Amino acid sequence: MKKVLLPLAVIPLLVLLAYGFWTDPTAVPSPLIEKSAPPFALTLFDGDSFRLAELRGKVVVVNFWASWCFPACYEEAPVLEGAWREYKDRDVVVVGVNVQDTEKAAREFMDRFKFTFPNGPDPGGKISIDYGVYGVPETFVLDKEGRIAYKHVGAARGDVLMGQIEGLLHRVPPAVEKKGDHERGA
Amino acid sequence: MSVARRQGGIERRSKTGPLRAVAASVVLMVLSMVAVLPLAASSLEEQTHQIATELRCPVCQGLSVADSPSGMANQMRDLIRERLQAGESPDAIKAYFVERYGEWILLAPKREGFNLLVWVFPFLGLGGGAVALALVLRRWRRHPEAAPASVDPAYLERVRHEMAQDQS
Repeated sequence: MKKVLLPLAVIPLLVLLAYGFWTDPTAVPSPLIEKSAPPFALTLFDGDSFRLAELRGKVVVVNFWASWCFPACYEEAPVLEGAWREYKDRDVVVVGVNVQDTEKAAREFMDRFKFTFPNGPDPGGKISIDYGVYGVPETFVLDKEGRIAYKHVGAARGDVLMGQIEGLLHRVPPAVEKKGDHERGA
Repeated sequence: MSVARRQGGIERRSKTGPLRAVAASVVLMVLSMVAVLPLAASSLEEQTHQIATELRCPVCQGLSVADSPSGMANQMRDLIRERLQAGESPDAIKAYFVERYGEWILLAPKREGFNLLVWVFPFLGLGGGAVALALVLRRWRRHPEAAPASVDPAYLERVRHEMAQDQS
């Protein structure tokens, strides 16, 4: 009996260990999903000002990046610029929040990838902390009602980003229950 | 201390010895844990530091916001200080970070629900260990060590002989 029980007792420990090794400690689900996006304002690198609150009714892609974030930010930069060019006339806004960077390095990065979408620094990191960012790059997709619909950790991928944007553009507003407009079986 | 008294002491202790010793060590352990609990912070810097020690630095591996030299932790400390200055309570500030990052941001999980297991298990383990130790000690006392095994007299004689040779 003892000979069987001792190895058996080890099994729960092994299961626990296996679980621990298989889960990604950095993949922390954001508590902000489906919540209304924290409002923020940016002073853009081109001198304009940007206010998230003015973009109700649009799908907004908020990207947190830094010039020192290599290679992920460099991989996703063309994807973001591409999404902006593709969708800017269809009620979609892409905005870049530059975190923990120097202005010179950030400008060089933007020149390198020929950014045309609004970008601005986040002095003090207040916006990133407000969005629960724990590393760059991170990308949030906001629906037309200003809720965070999707969060992407790591380099944004074209197919995923486009899929999210398309989905939110075509999403029918939550159906209001109507009475009397469906046929009952004859 | 005289030899006689020391022996007496051992004699007396051995009656209730193991149980009492285990209990005493448990009490000591609990006391030492209580001793390191943080004292109430007073100044702004101390309060900031106190909150920062309870938050996990998001860009580090197992470091608190207080211990990390990273830019992100720096910004978080600034934010904590600012919010304290604005009159927010430490609990409200921690709640803000939990709201943004999830409970993951707390280095110690909240003492509620399933999390309580984390707080209870060490003590259960300690208690279980103490009981097991006491049981084993009791069994050992009831069944004192068996008499030394008999040795072949010829072998014993040979060992004695060789030892005597060694000494000479």
